[in-house]
Amino acid sequence: MNRTRTRLLVLQVLVLALLAALAVRLWQVQVVRGPELMNRATETRTRAVIVPAVRGQILDSSGRPLVRNKTALVVSVDRTGLIRMKDHGLSVLSKLSDVLSRPVAHLQKRITPCGPGVGKPCWTGSPYQPVPLDEKVDTREALQILERQEEFPGVSAEIHAVRQYPGGRAGAQMLGYLSPVTEAELEKRVGLKATFSGVDLAGRDGIEYVYDEELRGKAGLRRVQVDRMGKALGVEQQVEPVSGDHLVTSIDSRIQAVTEKALQNAMKSAPRADGGAAVVLDPKTGRVLALSSAPGYDPAVWAGGISERMYRHLLSEKSGKPLVSRAINGQFAPGSTFKVSSVAAMLRAGYPLNGKYSCPGSYMVGDRAFNNFRGIGLGTLSLHLALVKSCDTIFYRSAYEQYLRDGGRNPKKSVKEVFANTARGFGFGEPTGIDLPGESSGRIPDRRWKKDMWALTSGTNCKRASTGYPEVKDGARAAFLKRLAHENCTEGFVLRPGDSANFSIGQGDVLVTPLQLARAYAALVTDGKVRSPRIGWALVRPDGKVVRTVPVPVVGKLPITEKERLYIKNALSQVASDGTAAGAFSGFPMDKVRIGGKTGTAEVWGKQDTSWFASFAPTKNPRFVVVVMVSQGGMGSQTAAPAARAIYEGIFGIKRPAALPEGKPVSRLPRFTPDGMVIAE
Amino acid sequence: MTGGALAGRRRSYAQRAFGAESALWRLDGVLLVAVIALSVIGTLLVWSSTRTWAPGSTGLLKKHLLNEGIGVFLCAAVAMMDHRAVRAYAPLVFLVSLIGLGLVLTPLGATINGSHSWILLGGGFAVQPSEFAKVGLVLITAMLLAQPVEGTDRPRGFDVMLALVAAGMSLALVMMQPDLGTALVLAAISASALVISGVRKRLIALLTLIGAAGVFSVFYFEMLEPYQLARFTAFLDPNVDPRGVGYNSTQSLIAIGSGQLFGKGLLGGGQTTGRFVPEQHTDFIFTVAGEEFGFLGAVTVVLLLGVVLLRGLKIARQCEDRFGTLVAGTIVCWFAFQTFVNVGMTIGIMPITGLPLPFVSYGGTATFANLIAVGLLQAIRVRRQSFE
Repeated sequence: MNRTRTRLLVLQVLVLALLAALAVRLWQVQVVRGPELMNRATETRTRAVIVPAVRGQILDSSGRPLVRNKTALVVSVDRTGLIRMKDHGLSVLSKLSDVLSRPVAHLQKRITPCGPGVGKPCWTGSPYQPVPLDEKVDTREALQILERQEEFPGVSAEIHAVRQYPGGRAGAQMLGYLSPVTEAELEKRVGLKATFSGVDLAGRDGIEYVYDEELRGKAGLRRVQVDRMGKALGVEQQVEPVSGDHLVTSIDSRIQAVTEKALQNAMKSAPRADGGAAVVLDPKTGRVLALSSAPGYDPAVWAGGISERMYRHLLSEKSGKPLVSRAINGQFAPGSTFKVSSVAAMLRAGYPLNGKYSCPGSYMVGDRAFNNFRGIGLGTLSLHLALVKSCDTIFYRSAYEQYLRDGGRNPKKSVKEVFANTARGFGFGEPTGIDLPGESSGRIPDRRWKKDMWALTSGTNCKRASTGYPEVKDGARAAFLKRLAHENCTEGFVLRPGDSANFSIGQGDVLVTPLQLARAYAALVTDGKVRSPRIGWALVRPDGKVVRTVPVPVVGKLPITEKERLYIKNALSQVASDGTAAGAFSGFPMDKVRIGGKTGTAEVWGKQDTSWFASFAPTKNPRFVVVVMVSQGGMGSQTAAPAARAIYEGIFGIKRPAALPEGKPVSRLPRFTPDGMVIAE
Repeated sequence: MTGGALAGRRRSYAQRAFGAESALWRLDGVLLVAVIALSVIGTLLVWSSTRTWAPGSTGLLKKHLLNEGIGVFLCAAVAMMDHRAVRAYAPLVFLVSLIGLGLVLTPLGATINGSHSWILLGGGFAVQPSEFAKVGLVLITAMLLAQPVEGTDRPRGFDVMLALVAAGMSLALVMMQPDLGTALVLAAISASALVISGVRKRLIALLTLIGAAGVFSVFYFEMLEPYQLARFTAFLDPNVDPRGVGYNSTQSLIAIGSGQLFGKGLLGGGQTTGRFVPEQHTDFIFTVAGEEFGFLGAVTVVLLLGVVLLRGLKIARQCEDRFGTLVAGTIVCWFAFQTFVNVGMTIGIMPITGLPLPFVSYGGTATFANLIAVGLLQAIRVRRQSFE
């Protein structure tokens, strides 16, 4: 029995050791790894259902909605649920296609996530979120689905907020659009997943993009407890969504409407016009009152997922790329509207303000004659009249003289480049910094730009200089192109005399956006301060409390004295009555509202001229700056100026009810009731 | 009164049961309390893990209580017997258990939850003869090995052979079901009986070698079903296939781990409510303990089982006859093996084998077998002296 007892003792030690092993391992699993396994348990046990927050509205300066929400019944499909079915949900989709009267194939395409080889109308959102199939369901259709849930597993009909645009196409590019957040974006926003989900829409362009975070609000989260089979057992955690803030903009929807109409008519009046833009600024504050671009489109096409055809249409060359806002992305030679900068440059270079300048019909710049408009000489002019009559030769001459002072073809070590630098002082050549994404910077073609450009292009040019253009059939043209390539190859880095002359009258390589021109004029006619224009004015909580107002930063100062500024402004004040725009404004009651401005007609090689009119009113105390640009619109006085006139007529109520009876922009934020309604003034 | 006269000659049943010299006072109280505590915990866990089967139901609670009741009755009945008398019935018990195992393989046998180990009795009741086979094997091996060679404390070689044959027979029948878990328990029972009975170390080494060769050939000749093999390897790395064979390991680890130190409270376990761990009222009931009672509760369950094992060992040591010692020691090894493998598989240190946790898991036959074994331990304790 002794042996047995010994072995029983050994057994006891073994049992104790095994029990200790279990206890140690339990400690490891439950205490050391406990928090980690707790998280994994929550993940397996619950499904997070995102409750989207109501997106804030975008309002105009009086509180009228530019973009609002309408509630719509949305039918969505839980894709992962369908795929788990035996027939991958085909029977459900075919039943759904009866109710929604859409082909099954279309529905299948709609729920397939986008990817390589899968084009629109694919699903751009997260594959784990319900896919909205139809946002225009009527109540009867929704009830058909809701009442027969057992026949439509994975299909739901819910009330969602859908963006609606009371102004139709007005300002579509400026407002921007929404589309479901992509999975890649979701991945990038680690930790923000709860606030950013596949059912959420993200602002993609315009102010919807810039103010996306504020407008979006915070999505709510419902953590639903499920069992192993995915059956919901109950709600474990619920976080209510926080509605997004409303964005009050400085846009005046009435002026915006007038502007859209005027631009449309201008486009129609010019047979070859392929695009246009109109900008209305409040020059005192630098806020944007209206911003439109033609051709436009109806932003409602984005609601509920855009079709591939429509998407292609919006981006195609043929339709004129209506997605692109020409007000901030259209880069065109500004023509004579640029002369305000050139006059300032002359003054900086030392030309007297009250001097007399000869305006011959033609001026020799180097070995080439540069002509006035139609080659007509205008005698001896003051700078005032040079602007009013839009003399070119005065500017050719001064620009050429400054070019020579900098050393001409063989520049000095430090060049002054008065004309280019003054233009920069007016805010040209860099983005205005407006609260819109993807703004273009325009171009100031100075000596440095020439060099950089040459470095980029000399390779191709030099090759073409030797091979020529055999593919061009027209022999004369091929020869011309070859000569040009040779010239660009050998001396493309040199700023030529003609370049400087062209620059002074806003022709050649200089490019500006309509918005840049508008803010330069706004600075010129008010206080000389160059501002970064803003569309957003204030963010207002749904309960009416102002969260923050959007300031308009001053980013520079015009390089002129107050006296010079007033001199130029006075000159421009005469253009509409006695100058190049007199025809366009004939019959306009200048005694009531005096309009100042400058026409511009920029030549574009191989195309019709770009028509410009940059203007302000009233001339005494300017409250509005209006810039109209029509690409291939012809002369400034023919197309752009009449459009600007129509805008002023709308604002001040000439021959029609006034958009702003007081003749000045709204200066106070709209007031809201605690439940978010705008108090009518 | 005639009654008084009778009482004079024989003590009344009440006196025999509760009197000063009654066996009741010689019962192992600690063992009793530990088993009761485990049964109560098990009942609560069975309730918690099965009440979600249908809304508003109590799940298998009532049925489990019925099983416990029957088990307690069996336990008491066995405890009242003289274990030396049980020795005489050992061959009969073993034979009945073999017949039971055999019946499972006939058309009478039924498959429940993938294992063909049941005989249906009708009315929703079924027995699992392999559980009784454990008791049968304990008794027969103890009986065979209890008779030492004259003057030594080693069993006779012939008896060892007979014991091995008995073990082989029940093992073979269980493997034909197939029920790998129970087969391993049977192997552990006969191995521990041999060790405790005092066979030579050489023989132990030889048997170990044969066992190892057997295990090797099982793997080598692919005698295991692929799912069994997969379960064996999955525990080493549950992440290999967390939705497939690794699912059980992963989910039970998650459930236990999420209980953390204090647990989520009875009926408060989300993983249990969602039934993420399969078989959570039987083989994986320890996950419910881990989740709802936390580390403290889980360790308590392990400690209670430890108390049962240690008390069993004490009973084995204190018993003065070899049969009692062997029976008690073997029962301890049976419970120890099942406890370690069962708890170990839920916390990822043992492969997944279908074994219930003694006294805690749901299961009628297993409850009966376990409580009969406890009854045997008590019977041995009560009559530990060779001659009263």
